[in-house]
Amino acid sequence: MSSTWMTTRAWLLMLPLLIIMTAVIGWPMIDTVRLSFTDAKLVGTGGAFVGLDNYVKMLSSSNFQRALFATTWFAVISVTAEMVIGVLAALLLNQQFYGRAVLRALLILPWALPTVVNATLWRLIYNPEYGALNSALTQIGLLDSYRSWLGEPGTAMTALIVADCWKNFPLVALIALAALQAVPRDITAASLVDGAGPFARFRFVILPYLAGPLMVALVLRTIEAFKVFDIIWVMTRGGPANSTRTLSILVYQEAFSFQRAGSGASLALVVTLIVTVLAVGYGMLVRRTAGSAA
Amino acid sequence: MMERRSLLASILIHAAALLLAVVIVAPVFWLFVMSISPAADLVARPLNWWPSAMDFSRYATLLSSIPNSAGANFVASLVNSVLVAGMATLAAIALAVPAGWAVSRTPAISWSLSLVIATYMLPPVALAVPLYMALASFGLLNSVFGLALVYLTILAPFTTWLMKSGFDGIPREIEQAAMMDGASLFATLRIITLPLAMPIVATSALFAFLLAWDEFFYALLFTSDQRARTLTVAIAELAGGRVSDYGLIATAGVLAALPPVLVGLIMQRALISGLTSGGVKG
Repeated sequence: MSSTWMTTRAWLLMLPLLIIMTAVIGWPMIDTVRLSFTDAKLVGTGGAFVGLDNYVKMLSSSNFQRALFATTWFAVISVTAEMVIGVLAALLLNQQFYGRAVLRALLILPWALPTVVNATLWRLIYNPEYGALNSALTQIGLLDSYRSWLGEPGTAMTALIVADCWKNFPLVALIALAALQAVPRDITAASLVDGAGPFARFRFVILPYLAGPLMVALVLRTIEAFKVFDIIWVMTRGGPANSTRTLSILVYQEAFSFQRAGSGASLALVVTLIVTVLAVGYGMLVRRTAGSAA
Repeated sequence: MMERRSLLASILIHAAALLLAVVIVAPVFWLFVMSISPAADLVARPLNWWPSAMDFSRYATLLSSIPNSAGANFVASLVNSVLVAGMATLAAIALAVPAGWAVSRTPAISWSLSLVIATYMLPPVALAVPLYMALASFGLLNSVFGLALVYLTILAPFTTWLMKSGFDGIPREIEQAAMMDGASLFATLRIITLPLAMPIVATSALFAFLLAWDEFFYALLFTSDQRARTLTVAIAELAGGRVSDYGLIATAGVLAALPPVLVGLIMQRALISGLTSGGVKG
């Protein structure tokens, strides 16, 4: 069989997928670019060409800058916490103890819980009048009076990050655990014989095996965190006083609440650009990590 | 071989394990407790941590089909979620099986899959406005078909990638041997490859279904009432609305979480066995 025919046949088998992807991703992406240069409204006739106006207005607005800061804060803190807690949980699960298999199965629980259910659950826990957190903290004497955890700009973002961490650290833990179990036993045994302490052992013996898989987890989690919408929408809708309004929430408000499709599109493209730069940068980092580990 | 541990280390490890278990289980367990606590228990200060009486009536309320009740709304959204996730999953698998096989067997076109997978990092907000306008002009807003179509943006790249790695694990020598014996390509795929790939098809389908079941952003934008509103949107509305009984919100959460949690617990075994049972079997 000729290789030209093989390639043609492969393209034919790819064709349905490519057609659908062009229709639901490719074309909308191009149309978003077009819209970003217009003052189009969500409903009604297509707007007029306005050049870079949307971008200039958006990038210089304090709304954008605050949302960019909120998104970065959310992503950096929640992903860092998830990585640290995830690795610690994996190191623990790599030890021998009673109920280890049960605990490992339980890790699936937060991961499998739908994001909206997770957000709803934590919203109930943080409830200012009857929430479990207020009740528990008051009962053990850590809190004098009930607080509105999601209603105060000072605590809302932290409360969101805790809820996000709880759901997502198990994924990091499962990835790290799989990597830990690939560390050959005789290497750890040898390092023990050589007198390496627990920290030296982690740094020089175990970490090289963890680095590659952890980088992948870091990339996936960071991209997800920069796109965050669901958990924030359900828990705070970007409030209070816009303190948890991330970029995706801002795009939603601009394009759908205020129906300004044009400027919403320009903002969406800026978000896309940030995520792409992050992904490409991380990708290069992953390649380098993988290269040095080999 | 296991390294020796002191008693103190052993106690610390067990204490840490217990702490981790509590951190994981407590919020989920509390959701369940809320769903079966009498309403008065949930507005007590301090809270009644253990229900004064087991009350399963909310499950009956939400799953009842009396017209115009809270139950009818919930059941409608449950049906919509199953329909949208089911249709999107079927379509994604139908696209992913041929495409995944083609890329697996023809490295020359693998860059096209990389391109498809790269779309995974696009934020949904980047596609939302044109998709909204297009659905509106085709009359597919607030329709389970429209939403299922949009879900292909998430499901199709993911399933194709899973299918490709699945087919990579099936040696092409088996296919070549069958074709040497005179079987056509179509017959080879149907008789040899697809049966071997069925576990991967099933895994991909389950993952795709869960992704669709979880989806909120597009469902929030593109549905508006019972005709297409999915479970995630219904729950978000319950949580954000003026529902006086917190237990009802918790019950809706438990019901929505049940399928993915069960699948997750079952899948864990499938995943581990899939990882360990590689290799060609004679």
